[in-house]
Amino acid sequence: MSRKVAVEAVINGAPQAFVCEPRQTLLEVLREGLGLTGTKEGCGNGNCGACCVLLDGRPVPSCLVLAVEAAGRDILTVEGLAEGELHPLQQAFLEHGALQCGICTPGFLIAAKALLDKNPQPAEQEARAWLAGNLCRCTGYDKIIRAVLDAAGRLRSVDPNPKEEAHPA
Amino acid sequence: MDPFDYAAPSSLDEAIRLLAEADGAARPLAGGTDLIPQLSEGRRRARLVVDVKNIPELRQLRFHPAEGLTIGAAVTCAELAESPVVRQLYPAVADACSLIGSVLIQHRASLGGNLANAAPSADGVPPLIVHRAAVRIAGPDGVREMPVEDVCVGPGMTALAPGELIVAFRISPPPEATSSCYVRFTPRQEMDIAVAGAAAAVTVDPSTGLCRTAVIALSAVAPTPVRAPEAEAYLAGKPLTDPHLEAAARLAVRSAQPISDVRASADYRRHLVTVVTRRALLGARNRLAADGRHGTSPGAAGPKEGLSGVAEGGR
Repeated sequence: MSRKVAVEAVINGAPQAFVCEPRQTLLEVLREGLGLTGTKEGCGNGNCGACCVLLDGRPVPSCLVLAVEAAGRDILTVEGLAEGELHPLQQAFLEHGALQCGICTPGFLIAAKALLDKNPQPAEQEARAWLAGNLCRCTGYDKIIRAVLDAAGRLRSVDPNPKEEAHPA
Repeated sequence: MDPFDYAAPSSLDEAIRLLAEADGAARPLAGGTDLIPQLSEGRRRARLVVDVKNIPELRQLRFHPAEGLTIGAAVTCAELAESPVVRQLYPAVADACSLIGSVLIQHRASLGGNLANAAPSADGVPPLIVHRAAVRIAGPDGVREMPVEDVCVGPGMTALAPGELIVAFRISPPPEATSSCYVRFTPRQEMDIAVAGAAAAVTVDPSTGLCRTAVIALSAVAPTPVRAPEAEAYLAGKPLTDPHLEAAARLAVRSAQPISDVRASADYRRHLVTVVTRRALLGARNRLAADGRHGTSPGAAGPKEGLSGVAEGGR
């Protein structure tokens, strides 16, 4: 039997402490330990993108991250996206009807946020390529892509000089 | 998942000690994109998982004009695909790193993990081979280096001894007028596994434009990644014209020993070897041409003719 481990991380901007077993994935602890059920489990093996969260700003499938790996890290889930009002991505998804059943939506929103943080003005092909690891089985992808590009425009109009995130090499 | 303990050592010595003490029951964890599904599906077992991402040697990414590039084993594919040096001087490596899995996977997966997992279809390995990368391996008996080409010995099997850990890759600065490219064929663009893949690195004589050396490595068409020596030898001393690239691509088939499986028949894989080899050679040649004569910044141009690194059959 493995020992339980105490983990401290920043989740959606707030310090959080939790106890988990090393074998538990971040997805499992977010949903079952912390009640953050916005992040969805699809395939559970990294193929579908439904469980995407930002880990230190990087989009990752939380089903392939151990919860213990979150120690000292910064995590953003879909619950942390809206600040008072809906995030422009969420608003655009609503207006474009970019969802039906909604299971894939949190993963798309978080992956799309990572794209727009890195590249505020993606071409359609860039957005399609970036999101190709997120599966939707209801709507098709056109509405999702339209929503992402629309949200990118809204975000740029809020901040006309967005800074590209620096990725040192 | 069966229970296991977890350690995240901050030094290489400590990691080696933990791996040795576990006597074969420990697994190193980098991105976990292979290990975690293997553990959760019971395909591998571990009593201890050793997270290697806090070890500085495994997280380094640095370039020295004389010594070349050092890639820590746990550096993510996304970091490599974004690196200007990797894109410019070792573009086949950047190609593979932007093809593996999906964007989400690329933000976890590492080349160290890709090599250790030793899948015949590993996209990350042929580009390292064509750039003649060496791998630094640490273990209870110290540190050793070997060519990446010699690491895979069979599907899922490597030349690493129990308790050994891949620390970093070392690639010399490429010779002048060198470029490279990696191309694979997959039915879909993301989250798919190469049916066949090829990496090519070509070096030309800047004064004559003739090929000095060509190095070609194939994926998913043999039990391990393999070189294509007959194709390489054919190109030496020749101009990199389309007919010569085509002829070399046909010779590359002689180095393939493909199987028939759910993804493709052996015959189809042999056909694909000619396709992906030709495209990889074209990509490398066109990057050189786009760069002018100096071979210092081919990365930005990328392969021409719609060769995004994803075979056009996937469109």
